[in-house]
Amino acid sequence: MESFAQLLESGRRAGPCRPFPRGEVSAEQWTALAGHLAAGDLVLMGLWGDAGAVHMALLDEAAGRLAVATYACAGGAFPSVARHHPPAARLERTVRDLYGLVPEGAPDDRAWLDHGRWGVRHPLGTPLPAEPAGDTYAFLAAEGEGLHQIPVGPVHAGIIEPGHFRFSCYGEAVVRLEERLGYVHKGIERLVAGADVAQAARLAGRQSGDSTVAYALAFCRAVEAARGVAVPARAHALRGVMAELERLANHLGDIGAICNDAAFALMLAHCGVLREKVLRVSARAFGHRLMMDGVIPGGVAVDLARDGISAIRVLVSEVRAAFPALVELYDNTASLQDRTVGTGFTRPDYVRQFGAGGYVGRASGRPFDARRAFAYPPYDRLPFEVAVRPEGDVNARIWVRIREVEESLGLVVRLLDTLPDGPVATEIPAGPGEGLAVVEGFRGDVLAFVALAADGRVRRAHLRDPSWFQWPLLETAIEGNIVADFPLCNKSFNCSYSGVDL
Amino acid sequence: MRKLLLQGLLKAPLTEAAPEDVAVEQLAAELNAAARARLGRSLSIREVDAGSCNGCELEIHALGNAFYDLERFGLHFVASPRHADVLLVTGPVAKNMAEALKRTYDATPAPKWVVAAGDCAITGGVFAGGYACAGGVEAVLPVDLRIPGCPPTPLALLTGLLALLRAGRD
Repeated sequence: MESFAQLLESGRRAGPCRPFPRGEVSAEQWTALAGHLAAGDLVLMGLWGDAGAVHMALLDEAAGRLAVATYACAGGAFPSVARHHPPAARLERTVRDLYGLVPEGAPDDRAWLDHGRWGVRHPLGTPLPAEPAGDTYAFLAAEGEGLHQIPVGPVHAGIIEPGHFRFSCYGEAVVRLEERLGYVHKGIERLVAGADVAQAARLAGRQSGDSTVAYALAFCRAVEAARGVAVPARAHALRGVMAELERLANHLGDIGAICNDAAFALMLAHCGVLREKVLRVSARAFGHRLMMDGVIPGGVAVDLARDGISAIRVLVSEVRAAFPALVELYDNTASLQDRTVGTGFTRPDYVRQFGAGGYVGRASGRPFDARRAFAYPPYDRLPFEVAVRPEGDVNARIWVRIREVEESLGLVVRLLDTLPDGPVATEIPAGPGEGLAVVEGFRGDVLAFVALAADGRVRRAHLRDPSWFQWPLLETAIEGNIVADFPLCNKSFNCSYSGVDL
Repeated sequence: MRKLLLQGLLKAPLTEAAPEDVAVEQLAAELNAAARARLGRSLSIREVDAGSCNGCELEIHALGNAFYDLERFGLHFVASPRHADVLLVTGPVAKNMAEALKRTYDATPAPKWVVAAGDCAITGGVFAGGYACAGGVEAVLPVDLRIPGCPPTPLALLTGLLALLRAGRD
């Protein structure tokens, strides 16, 4: 781990990034770090492109240290990390699509986000005009007698985001699933470059709408770190309330929807009522059902009024009263358990290798939670349990959500009980800087990197969705399961399409 | 489970207890009459996400919960465009989705209507002007109705669908 220690040291000494160090590394150091990823000493937290450079965020989980390695791409290329460490593959393909920087020795040279439809190649690097005729895509082969393929998407049967799933099946059993995403690529990283921080925060809050609070929070924390701004204590607490309400709403929705995909609509109906109550109270307390644009650089957009506080308290007691019966219903319905227990098994070693966070990681025994690992405010002063299950199946992912619902209810109450007085926002003085932040969304850890130009506008921002490291595991989880269980497995992961399509 | 079901039977429906009840009830009455006049008893909707951040999908989903209970109006979501009367499209139309959206439209039998739901679907919203988005549904398909909002609330979506039915009747 010498190369990581060197990186920490150089990043701390001269690096521009706060509060996590960033340092430039040589090709040898870059490859040595990739070796540590492959060996499992480090966890890959992100890999993204920049003008003529690539950045790689690395976490030493045992020591709780995070650092960013930057490699200046000589001749527009960098040594492939995916060659040693597969979790980097789609991130590298994205860097190449957007920046034209080539990962040398990469195991997969197919485009990822670029479907040949933009009329331009490498839109964030040196743009090359291109005919938007659409590229063909070579899916990985699965060969053998009796195998057949089922193409699904991008337009799906339900009200969900678009993506393509290519199933290779033997009878009912899935032999291989390959995902092809990128359909909702909106060019966020291009739009955010040159925007002022307020506009950039609005864009960040729309990279994945279900996690709008988490995204805006990650972005704003990175901006505040870059400018060395201290956010008022009341704003920290209100951000915590919003983040936990978002987690509650999503987990309640997911628990119902997963059960619905096992044809148990009663859970969906009851959980849907609770979810709607959370959204209505969020609207009353913070002015928007999903709390979009509630978190702003420097604090929060609206103060929580007294009637908002009491509405949230009533909500908590209502959910507390109704939820245990639903948990019992889930736990005691044999036909439902028959579908969820043992289904969609996700291997704990894969979860560790990919650094998968959220309920996907925690349901396969990886206890990582950014609220705990980085103890950012207000979680630095709040006790809470991190729910972990070892089984790795759909059932475990439901149970982690159930425990997190209970935990979030407690956190909301504690935050309201200890709500500090004072202002809810502070000014961000315009100026340059660079910041990195990791926050825990309902789905897992969202990483934000922000570089501000001298005029205070965003030069470069990258937000890494937790799903980057969860989507590939869904491909492994479905293997050997029947096609009919795919919706169930997929919903138990509930990965974001928009979040990773950028 | 029996206890829960029994409670469900004994308690008043949530729909009536909801604060927005008056508005929803008014809509319900009008929507019922209007829907029958135009399309018999029901209207089938195929939702297409053409690049949304998924916020709109969350609110469209909410239409199905006990508070809004979309299906009591004869409005329901279908799995295939071949069964649809209405395409409910969200998102700024990512260029990567434009062909899929067009094909979905072509697969929908006439008469058909296109509803652009959400600010992105109307103008491209915060994503307008980039290299990757067509900039609203209108750039790709003829649009019959626009429902603004980021995202539109379930009530706004319901109101919009009612307006579509009225326009179709005239």
